[in-house]
Amino acid sequence: MKANIVIIGGGISGVSIAYNLAKKGMKNIVVFDDHYMTGGATGRCGAGVRQQWGTKGNCILAKMSVDFFEKAQKELEYHRDIEFKQEGYLIVATTAKEDEQFTKNVKLQNSLGIPSRKLTVDEALEIVPHLNRDVVISATFCPTDGHLNPFLMTDAYYCAAKKLGVEFHYQEKVLDIIVENEKITKVITENFTVETSKAVNAAGGYSYEVGKMAGVEIPVFSENHEILVTEPIERIQGPMVISFSKNIYCQQVPHGSFIMGRSNAEVLKNHDIKSTHHFLDEMAKTAVELLPPLGNLRVLRQWGGSYNCSPDRQPILGDTSQLKGFYLACGYSGHGFMFAPMIGLLLSEVILELPTTIDLKELHIDRFKNNEETDYEHSVV
Amino acid sequence: MNKKNIIICRCEDVSIQDLYDCFDEGYTTFEDIKRILRVGMGPCQGNSCQLLVQREIAAYLKKPLREIKTHKVRPLITGVKLKSIVENTKNES
Repeated sequence: MKANIVIIGGGISGVSIAYNLAKKGMKNIVVFDDHYMTGGATGRCGAGVRQQWGTKGNCILAKMSVDFFEKAQKELEYHRDIEFKQEGYLIVATTAKEDEQFTKNVKLQNSLGIPSRKLTVDEALEIVPHLNRDVVISATFCPTDGHLNPFLMTDAYYCAAKKLGVEFHYQEKVLDIIVENEKITKVITENFTVETSKAVNAAGGYSYEVGKMAGVEIPVFSENHEILVTEPIERIQGPMVISFSKNIYCQQVPHGSFIMGRSNAEVLKNHDIKSTHHFLDEMAKTAVELLPPLGNLRVLRQWGGSYNCSPDRQPILGDTSQLKGFYLACGYSGHGFMFAPMIGLLLSEVILELPTTIDLKELHIDRFKNNEETDYEHSVV
Repeated sequence: MNKKNIIICRCEDVSIQDLYDCFDEGYTTFEDIKRILRVGMGPCQGNSCQLLVQREIAAYLKKPLREIKTHKVRPLITGVKLKSIVENTKNES
């Protein structure tokens, strides 16, 4: 088999990159994924889409991605509903330090065209009446943030890319990338040997290992982040509610269920994605403290998924100086799903050697080379 | 009987017709179909629909039932209220 490019990973990043390349006229694109579609990080994520970030890079990626999500249903001509709901993210401050940081964040966000604003406790309670007022001291709100169905958004890109001729192989594991004379020559999978000079590493939780196959060391690691879903009920909460200090994100999806997650400070750096009793206990305590009426909801299911973390918690995007023809789309640190439209656009521009829509210097892997100070993202659960 | 009137997943109100539409689009594993139609994601967690869906996939692909994988079973075994979990943590400590 011959391909102009092989994309390793068919999650939201891989399908978006494939779609964008095909749309720009590239032929013979092949995507491999060792799981079911959205069996990896994409299908395990919290299904939120937000623009309220603390670094300029993340704000721009998020804003331009939301601009795409607003027209995605139409552009991709998808026959199902991608369930995009823009009812905002309410990020609550519970400490004076957070309150101060959020004022700065909103200023940055507004300067980049993101319509977020600071709210008093009373204003926050108007938007989410069941919020515990004793815990919250202020909040920020961005009405154009929201929810998007990860399975169906991925499927929408997949269907559109397939129509443009992209070849997909799910449940087909990539075993090796052959490099000869500092050039990629082949990608070997369980059942195929593909002759190609270009490969994209969009392998999510396994991007470090895929980098190793090509001899490229990527400063990323994976860690388990757990999450749960409740039974569906009538609509009571519009926005996603987040607290970094309380360690929770919680939203009611259009289907009616609540999805909530939190991180574990003691989590190990590995590929574990198991569910724990400890998470269930801590999640229940946090949710019931911040949003008391949710105590009456039954938990249906819990699961885990990998955050693929970079040193500054911002994505690693673009080419590599170590190996020509090898491209990176990884290190999202828990927020790759919501950046997918921009990841696809930017990677397609880099691969086709076109001018990029935004400057990629601050997201390129070389930013870590000389231990330079990078812009660290603190607004992560 | 009209395939639209045969409900295969009560939790998420999925008919056999929905299932066959998915098959015809090329999705023929339980995990793929779950992600699109939500079968197995409702309060029963697949306890009602799992075997039914498995049988339909087997019939569609003309394969023996044992070759059709079912979906990943996750905790909890049954729905438990968040406040009951909180109460239980108090009793433990």
